[in-house]
Amino acid sequence: MLLFTLLVFAGSIGAGLLGALTGLGGGVVLVPLLTVVFHVDIRYAIGASLISVIATSSGAAAAYVREGFSSVRIGMFLEIATTIGAVFGAFLATRMPTRALAIIFGVVLLYSAWLSWRQSRCHTEESGHSSPWSDRLRLSGSYPDGTGRQKSYKVDRISAGFATMFGAGTLSGLLGIGSGAVKVLAMDQVMRIPFKVSTTTSNFMIGVTAAASAGIYLHRGYVDPGLAFPVMLGVLAGSLLGARLLVRARVSVLRSIFTVVILALGVEMILNGAMGRM
Amino acid sequence: MEPRGSRFDDQRMEIIMGRLLQAGVLLASTVVLAGGVLYVRRHFGSSVDYRTFAGEPANLRSISGLFRLLRAGDPAAVIQLGAILLIATPVARVVFAVVGFALERDRFYVAVSLIVLAVLAASLFFSS
Repeated sequence: MLLFTLLVFAGSIGAGLLGALTGLGGGVVLVPLLTVVFHVDIRYAIGASLISVIATSSGAAAAYVREGFSSVRIGMFLEIATTIGAVFGAFLATRMPTRALAIIFGVVLLYSAWLSWRQSRCHTEESGHSSPWSDRLRLSGSYPDGTGRQKSYKVDRISAGFATMFGAGTLSGLLGIGSGAVKVLAMDQVMRIPFKVSTTTSNFMIGVTAAASAGIYLHRGYVDPGLAFPVMLGVLAGSLLGARLLVRARVSVLRSIFTVVILALGVEMILNGAMGRM
Repeated sequence: MEPRGSRFDDQRMEIIMGRLLQAGVLLASTVVLAGGVLYVRRHFGSSVDYRTFAGEPANLRSISGLFRLLRAGDPAAVIQLGAILLIATPVARVVFAVVGFALERDRFYVAVSLIVLAVLAASLFFSS
């Protein structure tokens, strides 16, 4: 019991660290870790993960705010889509066999890895395009460029970004992850919001999105206190450490870590799901 | 619309939000840690099995049942209370956004924040 708790705690620290560094939230690493390594039922893993995801997002918030990258307007606007998606996802999760959940989880991981790899190959920092609605919806903003000045940006393809965010919310509610990868994808790739603004804003959105499905999970008995407490405290500790490192780390390095870990976990989850070991 | 002026206010709003979230997480994790220590002490020698899903006892899932267990000093209920405080933290952030945007006299974003709040409220209440 004590050993199990300590091991889960240690694993959760690692998951939280990586989650904060990549803007993913700890859940993406945590759920495969709990199911594959610790043989926890995927429903308990999802419940514990979702709680830890809220802690990660909220705990790192103060550190992200100080950097001045995040946008409260973009976040709040897109949270309409993610919260509705999250409620939808949580209802789907309670009606789906666990093997299917494992396979979907694995596919999501592989897809994120592929996107991340492609992104690092041909990344367009400035496209020059922007939607006329960017100013009208007051989504345009600015962020510190590192030399003490503010760099302004506009937002493109808002409806496509909104739809992607609904998908991100559904995955979050379905799999108990923050689905930060999809949120960053929606902002960085679809809406062409600068990467640092995307990752930090995503961090804020993760907590609100997860809260939308956490109530449903709590009522359904997915949150086991004995498992949730080492997971939550571990992920929180790891994420706070990660947030401190984020300022110094290079974006390309983050993407590389992100790709390798996600790829390995994705394959593992699909194999487990397909062979009925979930 | 003055982008410079609203930018300043947004910045302030985000700083307060950051503090709010930090305070919420600090409170929630303190409760969870206290509950966790009690939990480990009570279940020290027993073995754990999370391979099979049983769902949690009904008392841990409802607010009234939870408070009954809390009065009895059940460690699991203390952890669960921490989890509820944690879920309440981002909800508080959205409530604060409604106030913040109202102070900025930005009706559109007051409405946006209220929609998000309505979805959160619906998910928390209709699931019970």
